[in-house]
Formats: sequence, C-alpha cells, structure tokens
Amino acid sequence: MNPLFQEELQVVNVGLPAFAEAIRTAGGTAVQVEWTPPGQGDPQVAHRLAGLIRHPAVEAANQQAFAAYQSAQPALEGIAPARAAVPDMGERTILHSGPPIAWARMCGPVQGAIIGAILYEGWAPSQAEAIALIERGEIDFAPCHQHRAVGPMAGVISPSMPVWVVLNREHGNRAYCNLNEGLGKVLRFGANSPDVIDRLKWMAAVLAPTLAKALDALGGVELKPLMAQALHMGDEVHNRNVAASGLLLKRLVPALLRIDAAPADIAAVAEFIAGNDHFFLNLSMAACKAMLDAAAGVPGSSMVTAMARNGVDFGIRLSGTGEAWFTAPAPVVDGLLFPGYSTADAAPDLGDSAITETAGVGGFAMAASPAIVQFVGGSPQDAIANTEEMAHITLGRNGALTLPAIDFAGTPAGIDARKVVDTGIAPIINTGIAHRQAGIGQIGAGITRAPLACFAQAVVDLAGRIGG
Amino acid sequence: MARATRVFRNLYRDSVSLMQLSAKLGALAGVRQASAIMATPGNLDLLREAGLAPGDVAAGPNDLLVALEGEDEDALEAALAATETEFTRPAARSQDGPRRTPPRSLEMALQEAASANLALISTPGDYAAAEAMKALRLGLNVMLFSDNVPQSDEIALKRYARAHDLLVMGPDCGTAIIGGVPLGFANVVRRGEIGVIAASGTGLQQVTCLIDRWGQGISQAIGTGGHDLSAEVGGITMLQGLEALVADPATRVIVLISKPPHPTVAERVLSAASGTGKPIVVNFLGADPDAVRRDNVHPVRTLEDAARLAVVLAGGAEVEAGAVRPDGAPAAELAPGQRYVRGLYSGGTFCYEALLLLTDAFGPIASNTPLKRELMLADVWRSQRHTVVDLGDDAFTRGRPHPMIDQTLRRERILQEAADPEVAVILFDVVLGYGAHPDPASELAVTLAEAKAQARAAGRGLALVGSVCGTAGDPQDLPRQEAALREAGVLLADSNAQAVRLAARIAAQHPSEPGR
Repeated sequence: MNPLFQEELQVVNVGLPAFAEAIRTAGGTAVQVEWTPPGQGDPQVAHRLAGLIRHPAVEAANQQAFAAYQSAQPALEGIAPARAAVPDMGERTILHSGPPIAWARMCGPVQGAIIGAILYEGWAPSQAEAIALIERGEIDFAPCHQHRAVGPMAGVISPSMPVWVVLNREHGNRAYCNLNEGLGKVLRFGANSPDVIDRLKWMAAVLAPTLAKALDALGGVELKPLMAQALHMGDEVHNRNVAASGLLLKRLVPALLRIDAAPADIAAVAEFIAGNDHFFLNLSMAACKAMLDAAAGVPGSSMVTAMARNGVDFGIRLSGTGEAWFTAPAPVVDGLLFPGYSTADAAPDLGDSAITETAGVGGFAMAASPAIVQFVGGSPQDAIANTEEMAHITLGRNGALTLPAIDFAGTPAGIDARKVVDTGIAPIINTGIAHRQAGIGQIGAGITRAPLACFAQAVVDLAGRIGG
Repeated sequence: MARATRVFRNLYRDSVSLMQLSAKLGALAGVRQASAIMATPGNLDLLREAGLAPGDVAAGPNDLLVALEGEDEDALEAALAATETEFTRPAARSQDGPRRTPPRSLEMALQEAASANLALISTPGDYAAAEAMKALRLGLNVMLFSDNVPQSDEIALKRYARAHDLLVMGPDCGTAIIGGVPLGFANVVRRGEIGVIAASGTGLQQVTCLIDRWGQGISQAIGTGGHDLSAEVGGITMLQGLEALVADPATRVIVLISKPPHPTVAERVLSAASGTGKPIVVNFLGADPDAVRRDNVHPVRTLEDAARLAVVLAGGAEVEAGAVRPDGAPAAELAPGQRYVRGLYSGGTFCYEALLLLTDAFGPIASNTPLKRELMLADVWRSQRHTVVDLGDDAFTRGRPHPMIDQTLRRERILQEAADPEVAVILFDVVLGYGAHPDPASELAVTLAEAKAQARAAGRGLALVGSVCGTAGDPQDLPRQEAALREAGVLLADSNAQAVRLAARIAAQHPSEPGR
C-alpha cells in the first residue's frame, strides 16, 4: 500500500513557484526546481528522456561502464611511429581531432596542419601540391577517436609521427596521442613552415627514440598516480600541466642519464621537455582516452565516452551508442586573449583535449586549479563551484583523483547524458584558443561549455536503442 | 604615442594571472596595448611580435616585465601605478563560500530532499507528462496541475503509477489537500476524519470548505483530474484513492465527487465503494440517485448535501437540511418584467451545479457550458433569458488570467447584466484559498454597489446573490470577505446550492412570460 498518507508530505515543486510558497506558508515543506524545458524545448526529447530515468537497463549499464572507467590503470608503455602503433592506420591516412569532417568544411588550423603533415611525410613538395593531392582524394581522413587516438587542437597524426602508447593495464586496451611540440608556431595550430616541419623531424629522429629508450629502462610510467599528484599541485591536467610535466621529467631524467645515447641528444631532450609547461598534456589526454575506452561499448549506457571538436563541429559519443557521433556547431570560447588579438580572431572550439573533462579532470577538476578560473575572472570559490556543479551531471566521483579544495573528495566523473539534458547543465571545458587562420597559433585560453544539443540527440538515440 | 616598460625583479606570477593583468591594464583609459609577462626568451619574442618591443631592457626569466603602449606618458604612469597596486592588494575575502547550484531537475531536488514523496507539476502541458513520468520513475507520487496533457499520456502515467503503487492526481488537477497541506488552488481546512476524492477542483473546494465551516475536518482530499472517470482512463485514480482512503485509519467517511462518470466506470467505482465497510457519500452531479445507491453508498444531489451528510456520518452536528438562507429575501424592489437569473461563475463545477438546479426550477438554461448542446449561447458575450456562464472556460480565458485571479471580465459582465431591464438576479461565486485573488470581495463590492446604483437610477431593483467558497484559515479570511460582500448588499448563502435556490426563488416571484 502507498504510504503517502502515513508519511509527512514533502513536495518537489516543478513549475509555478507560488505553489511552493503556499505550501511553506501552510507549514509544509517544498523544494523548488529551477525548471527549464529539457532538450531546448523539444517535447519529444523530454519524453524520450523521461523513459530513460531510472531505467534498470541504463542503470546497470552505467554501473558497468563507470566501474570499468574507474578501475582502468593507464600506464605510459612507450613511443612508436603511428604507422606501427595506431590500429588500422593506412599508408596515406591522416588523423584529425573531433568528429568526422570533410576537407572542404575543415577550419583553417586543421587544414594547415594537414598540409604540414603531408609536407612532413614528403608526399608532396609544396603546399599547392599537397592541396592537389587532397583534392584528388588520395589522402584518407579520419578522426583520431576512430583509431583509439587523441590529439590536441588540430590533432593531426600522420603515419611516421611518433605517438605515445598508453596501456590500460587493467583491461588491456591501448590509447595513442602525438607528442607536444611546445607553444608558438606549431603544427597543432596549423603552422606548417619549414621550422615547424624541422621540429617534427627532430621529434621523430631524436626525441622519440631517446624517450623510448628511457621508458624501456623505466619499465613504463604509471599515469594515474602522477595525475593524482599533479592535481594536488595546482594542475587540472588540461589547461595547466606545469606540475605534471615537472613530475614526468623528474621520472625521466635518471633513466635518461643511464641509457646509451649521445649526451647532446639527452641534453636536447631534457631541455625540450623542461621548456614546455604543456608537455604532459598529450599524455594526460592519452591516459583519459585509455580510461574512457575501457568504459565504451556497454549497450544501454548513457555515459559519455568522448567529447571532441574539430573547430567546426562539437561531437560526443556515448558508451551505449557505439561509434555514433552526436554533433552541434562548436562554440566560441570565452577567455583571455593574448595582447593584440580579439574574439573575432578566434577559431571555434578545437581539439580532442576535452577528453580530459570527459574523464573528470580539466574543467571538472577546476577546484584543484584556481589559477585556471582566472581565465574568466573567477575566484578560487568559483573554481570549487564549477567542480561541484559538474557533480550534478556525473555518475560518480573518481576516488583515485582527489581534490584538496573540496576536502579531498574525488573529482566528479562519468558524464551522464541523461543528467545533462535533464538539468540543462552543460559540461565545462577548459581550453586553449586557436587563431582562426592556420599557422598563427594560440591566441588565448579560456572556458567554454559543451553544446546541449549533442546530448539531446544522444539521449533520443539511446532511447531508440533501448525502446525506453 | 608613448611606450613604457617596467621590470619587477624576481617577482613570479602565474601566466594566467599575467594574462588577466594584461587584459586589465589594456582596458585602462589611454592604454592601447599592455602585456605582462615573465621575461623568458620565448615570451620576449612573443612581445616583439605583438609590437611591444621592449628594446634593450635587462630582464631575465625570473623577472616580471610590464610593457605598455598608450596615448601619452600620463596614461602609462597611471597604468604602472595600477600594476603596483595589483601586486600589493590584500587577499579578497569571500563572504559566503562557493556558489551552490539550485536544483535544476527532479533528480537534483531529491538530493536535497531525499524523503520527498510528491511532485507538484505545473509546467506547460507539452512537457508535463514527461516530468510526471520522471517523477513516477523516481518513486514520487504526482499532482499534475498542468492541463492540455494528451489522454494517451494520462493513461500511460496512471497505469505506470498503479503498477508501482503510486498516485497520479490529474492532469488538470487544480487542488488537493494531502497530509493537511493545501496543494495548488486549495483552502486551509482543519484536519479531520473525512476523506474526499473529486474529479472537480471547485467541487473539492466547496465540499472541504463546507465541512470546515460545519465543524468537521479533512483527512485527505484527492483530486483525480477531470478525465479520470472516462471510459478510456477507467477511473484509475479514483479507484486507487478509494482503496487508499479505505486503508487509512485516519479516514472514517469518504466523499466521491464527479460529473456522471461513464456508466461502466461508475459501476466499477460504486461496487468498489460498496464493499469497503466505510460510509461513502457520492455526488455524481446530476446522476439518478437510485442508480448510485448501494449498501454503504449514499447518493446526494449537491455538493452542499455531500458535505452535510459527511459531517453527520463523521459524528458532527446536524446541519439544517435544505434551508435557504438568508431567509425572507427582499425581492420587493424588483420592477415588473425583471424576471431572469444571470449566473456569472468563476468555478466550473459551481456553474454546472447552478445549471442543474435552475433547470429544475425554470427548464432549459442557456450557457457557454450548457447541459445540452442545443442550449449553447449563440454569443457567449450576450446572455439570453436565464443564463449561467462559466467565465473560467476557454472561451473567456484565452489570453487572459482565470477569473479567480483577475476579476476584470466578471466586473464588466456584472455591469452589462445590471443594465438589462429583464434581469432580476445576478448570481455568482467567490473562491478563496491559495492561488486565488488576494482580496476578491472588496474589489467585487465596488462593482456590485455600482450595479445596484445603476439599476436604482433606472427605477429598478436588483438582487445580488452569491456564496463564498473558503475558510477562516484562508489567506483572504472568509468572515472578512463575507462581511465586505454583505455590506455591498449581497444576499450571501453558505453554499452555492443555497445561493442558486435563493436566486431561483427571487426570480420566480416574477414569472417568465407564459407559454415560454
């Protein structure tokens, strides 16, 4: 028998606030919901979402997916050329960030980076001939995510570029990411001048093999404890990686000094890493990708396993919807710009680095990194508020990645697409801002939100699969 | 144009802080460009690219460099002073911790109120069924105030609720009282041993208010919404409510209120009611009492009779039955030819009850919500002979607030009827309670006095007859509202049924022309 009449009435009020006030005036208790129509006002989305709330199949699938994410143990295994390491990497394949996109629609930085990759590979001698090659359809483009890889900004990976190989020791899956070139004129912002290509060649010829030897000597590096430590040192391991880069270097240097390599090379490698506060970013991304791929492919799960942008579209994937992308126009980032640039110069949101937020770090771990919240003029309190806000759209907290500012609670992780649509709270993303033209580079950094439309589409698709 | 640089030796700031400082300095009056950096070789290169070449300034990676370009020296001096201030400012003290996100969904609300047991939903109709389904799936009972919910959704919600032992009140459920708490447009009534289940909002308000007026109280008052007793929905909520009230030890007497249900649904409800062992009072407005009567089931004709019988069955004092109060209504002022009743209602069920009772007295009555289709007013804005209108009906409320909240339309109509020399009586209801107009009587009193004066100036009388549905506990205060209306010359009855009978008696003193 329904116990309603035997209990004290406690009301949740959805709609006219006057009703909640009347209940309180009359001595009852009521909680007011700040309601907005789910799914940007499409009643069909609201309807499909309702069918998924507390759906036993979804709950069970999410539990399984979240447990897999949480138990994943990403470790840096080594470095190898993409052609050898990345699965299904064809001889003329170039990977890019974000959801799939045709050449003609790509943004300036991605096009510039692709041309740079073709020059680097030696497939064409000039920009014009590189473009002709592309227009003849001789280059295969694919999102990094479709090859278990990720890349920041343009995210361009071509076959002979070295990639980090991260192994999830718990589940055996691997994830890949290119190596960070540093700031300024770099391929990931679309630069493709000779100095950029020369640096890439040095990275393949010297940096990668030297680091590979050091990693062999070390027997790999466990990444989760390193990230956890960096979170306690003011990084959120997306936009701020200074502590994590230092910690990595601290692990590498003794090994570098023991390996059989030219002292000049070892010195150059150590200097290169020490000179780049974002060196760890690409490893953070690969670690996050490895953890989230462990959660992928659980039928019925509404857990988000990827958020990625190509500078035109923002796309997400769910554990329970296979390889499908749900996309919306990429937003422009609200942030601080370097002197001399304005918002009109900014490319829309770009790069696979939102994999960090998907895994519960980056913007979700903002409480760890109050310095970052200054990008939008916020205070340390705002950093905590951002993290706690994200806890309303996640399945749980990652107990291995704790945040001192919130009493060492775990960072909120495992975005539930249902909760995003239901609350209208969009995931926060900390990110760099690229110039919309190829080759100019980073012009700022800031904070943005994932577009809600992606999540509404994903919920409708999942509901269709479940029949919920 | 002027340029300036300043080096702060061995002063470290995070690059984000420096970008923020740069933006702040760049926004100062007279400053065209500003850049604050740690003076690493790379950063100095960037500075040169931005056109802020610092020349041969001696600064190293541990030094903070501010480079400025502006309109004149003074502007740059001010900016450098602002920089100094920025570096020495005291820590900001936050008064009240991190900002909290208010609940944005039912699920979030449950994190704040884990023992919540009912969702009150009044979103636009397009989204209401989805919110209600979420609430049910989260284990909450539902009161669905919203209307315009498709019948298929109502059926799906109620079937889901029944299978999970939850209650769905509505859609289009305007009022309920659960555990002594008034919900929606509800009155503050004392608690007691009478349970009510009603498919009509104002019906529920009238019965609970009269029970309160006559000294008894309400255990639970459940609204079912107006479509529950259709053949399609099958009375799921009324049957569930009945079962719950029968099992509730605090409920001794049960009252059921509805327009006549679909016959098969009526049969199901009445046979369920008959076997409960608790006395059940049934007011199926306009139904044949003999068709309703069963063991333990007591049919009554009016809402007032339902309240009166329930009070007696619950052990309360007998209320004088059938008496029309106030007695000896003064009709003498009426001129010959003043013979029609004009009912101007805000409550749909009061309007319906008036139609039933006036039909008994005068035959068919015109309305915008008539008992039979052929009695529909040709023009709802113009009365003909005896007319009763529901001003809360869609025909009047499109684009306007409900007359229980905004009386403008009714006040206009009162003056319009008063100007008609054939009108003898203006009959109306006033509904109090949460959600209703904060002081309806004093506003109405002005118009009613004007109507009376208008008739008097034309050499006629005008009878004003009404009832107030409310309690002493309501925010508007029943005695105060009644006093204001009496002062305006209104003949006030305790109930709508009494008011209708009184109106009929006054009008009957001047019978309609013979043969019609």
